Amino acid sequence: MEAPETAGRLDLRGTPCPMNFVKTKLALEEMGPGEVLEVILDEGEPMRNVPRAVKEEGHRVVRVEPLDGGAAFSLFIRRGE
Amino acid sequence: MADRFIEDVKPKFNIAELKAGGFIKQRQKDLFTIRLRCPGGRIDANVLAAIGEIANKYGRGMIHTSVRQSIEIPYVNIDDFDAVVAELDKVGMKVASCGPRVRVPIACGGCEYNPNGLTDTVYFADEVDKRYFGRPCHHKFKMSFSGCPIDCVRARQADLGFQGMMEPVWDPEPCIACTLCAQACREGAIVAGEDRRPIYDPTKCINCGDCVRVCPSEAWTAKRVGHTVRVGGKHGRHPLESIEVAEFVGDEQVFDVIEKTLEWYNANGRKGERIGATLRRVGVDNYKQFMRDIFDGSTGDGGQA
Repeated sequence: MEAPETAGRLDLRGTPCPMNFVKTKLALEEMGPGEVLEVILDEGEPMRNVPRAVKEEGHRVVRVEPLDGGAAFSLFIRRGE
Repeated sequence: MADRFIEDVKPKFNIAELKAGGFIKQRQKDLFTIRLRCPGGRIDANVLAAIGEIANKYGRGMIHTSVRQSIEIPYVNIDDFDAVVAELDKVGMKVASCGPRVRVPIACGGCEYNPNGLTDTVYFADEVDKRYFGRPCHHKFKMSFSGCPIDCVRARQADLGFQGMMEPVWDPEPCIACTLCAQACREGAIVAGEDRRPIYDPTKCINCGDCVRVCPSEAWTAKRVGHTVRVGGKHGRHPLESIEVAEFVGDEQVFDVIEKTLEWYNANGRKGERIGATLRRVGVDNYKQFMRDIFDGSTGDGGQA
């Protein structure tokens, strides 16, 4: 699957939980339904928490790509209705 | 004075109130701490405000929260017991218990609003309190309801503890190979393969449900949800870790487990002996044999995953 066309990009490496989620949520709320936001997160706790919280808020992760050999991840999130 | 018998001394309060306990003597003369009945530690905010007023009026303007989620009003004079009980009753608050009987159950937030909760612990704490509170036993009997394996309310150290669990199942069809499940799993039970799809090792899985919660495409779903049952734990001078006796007990079987466990304890225990000591003296197999109809019939279709 090709990387989807994105409407925005947020590099949250070094941003701790739950600020990384809050910034992701605010960015998604600025976008239109169906648009895709790319978020870059550190591996570990951010990757355990943010994808799950985003799902609970009604958005959908459509693609995940490792960066720097797995030290971080690029998350493509489609905004919910 | 000489012909006055001690039995004639009438206290200024209803002594029957004291029998079930909940009035704990302080080191100060005539002063007691009154422990309230708050199953699962959940209290209506208006009731809490009323308790505050009572603490101001009869206590010393402070409350204490007990380790088992109860509110306590310290510094109440023995002469004010009736008045305090009457004022508490007006807002529907009851006094808790002490001594050899079933205590108020404790619970975490459960599946209602806690993101990790798998079972409706709040419902069970409330309902179990209604059905079993104060029932006499050989010693104190404490129950605990944790909604997930994190076990915040220490179901592992209760006389009878219930803990939510979810068995996950993976469907290859909707999987988008995102690897989020492998990253969410803290137990190493899911690792991403070469094709980025999950490889699941059920022997490492503790049934927390993190994979199901994170999965963006519903490839991971709940096969079954239920309660792990553990018996015979305690705190105190000689703490005991409980013994796991059943998995995936369904919601509708929780009350059967409690009823039957109390029956076994009352039949096999000795006065002043916690169920943990009874289990270790009589044998866990004896208990399991007694419980087999319930445990064997466990379907694990409870919870609200």
